[in-house]
Amino acid sequence: MKFDDEPIVPGYPLPILPGHTSPGRFERVLRAGGFAVTTELAPPDSADPEDVFKRARVFDGCVDAINATDGSGANCHMSSLAVCALLTRVGYAPIMQISCRDKNRIAIQGDILGGAAMGVCNILCLTGDGVQAGDHPQAKPVFDLDCVSLLDIARNLRDEHRFQSGRKISYAPRVFLGAAENPSGLPHAWRAKRLAKKIAAGAQFIQTQYCYDLELLRSFMDHIEELGLIGKIFILVGVGPLRSAKTAEWMRNNVPGMHVPDGTIARLKGASDQAREGRNICIELIQAVRDIRGVSGVHIMAYRQEESVPEIVDRSGILQGRAPWFPGRDAFPPSQRTAS
Amino acid sequence: MYSVRLWSVRRARGMNAFYRGFEAFLVRLSPMFRAIGYERAERPVAAIESAVKGLLFDCRMCGQCILSSTGMSCPMNCPKTLRNGPCGGVRANGNCEVKPDMRCVWVDAYLGSQRIPGGVEAMGKVQFAVDQRSQGRSSWLRVMREKTAAPPAAP
Repeated sequence: MKFDDEPIVPGYPLPILPGHTSPGRFERVLRAGGFAVTTELAPPDSADPEDVFKRARVFDGCVDAINATDGSGANCHMSSLAVCALLTRVGYAPIMQISCRDKNRIAIQGDILGGAAMGVCNILCLTGDGVQAGDHPQAKPVFDLDCVSLLDIARNLRDEHRFQSGRKISYAPRVFLGAAENPSGLPHAWRAKRLAKKIAAGAQFIQTQYCYDLELLRSFMDHIEELGLIGKIFILVGVGPLRSAKTAEWMRNNVPGMHVPDGTIARLKGASDQAREGRNICIELIQAVRDIRGVSGVHIMAYRQEESVPEIVDRSGILQGRAPWFPGRDAFPPSQRTAS
Repeated sequence: MYSVRLWSVRRARGMNAFYRGFEAFLVRLSPMFRAIGYERAERPVAAIESAVKGLLFDCRMCGQCILSSTGMSCPMNCPKTLRNGPCGGVRANGNCEVKPDMRCVWVDAYLGSQRIPGGVEAMGKVQFAVDQRSQGRSSWLRVMREKTAAPPAAP
């Protein structure tokens, strides 16, 4: 998808179209009706900006936006804000994740303003995993806000031009606000209502936790439809390749909220090349998810197998010939690109 | 106490009905507290409230009680102090991600709210960021003050 009002310098904002809240590419793709593809960049344990650019380049030409995780799994890495600021310099469309675990409302609102000033157009508001899950269980969990009150605060910054204290700001952050949801999470019957609450608080898009159980996802989407929420929110379903039956079992037992059906694990176990079978499962899920009413895209999480994302996107055919923007896209025709 | 907390959620309907009656009673008492002075009453009332609600709900004295919107399961017992519903990390057995031996307070809240008329709708109401200054202060006195405050004069 090429916009006719592309900025001449990558990293400069696009004009904000009517009905849009951000000058970003990601919101443009969704509102234009494209099936969006996002992925996750694991921030490096390093202070070298090249480590960030190297990780982003892997996704060139196959994703519309890149999530920069904020201490995911409560592990310490380069900050989401910094990763996003680096990515916007060269024109990528990052999604800045904000977790309520590590910062109070003073720090978070500062980051929203700072991120927007650095060209961040998309913010994903999360509660965050507990500190017990990560590499610093001895740290103090903050949780001054939760994801819903954070959404409300971010929306007020943007629309009311006010901090939570009520104090005015002079230039509002033009951002597209997102939240997470776990269709496999308990209580199943209330998950769609929880999403309604997030929409009421300001969420415009949703990226879900990994969905390996299509039945659970379908029933969740039915609830969404019953509540009349289709068309009020862009839902990107979380998918990802499982490397092996062993990793799948480990993730099921150790990643909070992760649900992998026994059938999926059995299928991996029976395969001669488990990693390839994991990618096949992921591709089949993407193709199945694309046909579910109310789904606007997929969020591919391929932690430590980021290099498999271009193959998954390619083989699943979800882009339908569309070439998402990346630095230098318009300088070379797609046929001259080589997979990195 | 954990077992009493679970007992209270199982009796969410009765608890909620009692609480509503109690609230009306509090509002009737408000002239007395106004005469004593709300600030002067703060410490003794907060101590009683903490003892009673501490026993029944493991109350954490956030000072902004929303028990009737959470199926009588106190959300401040959530290790992430979530006030708007469960996180995505609830275990398959309905227990907490952070404290594996504790039932998720929001799984309980959903059970409790189904027992209260209008409880599920109340759980869907957006709860704004908590005012941390109210920590340790009495919710009862706050209710009295808010319910009896004169409505703002029409311009």
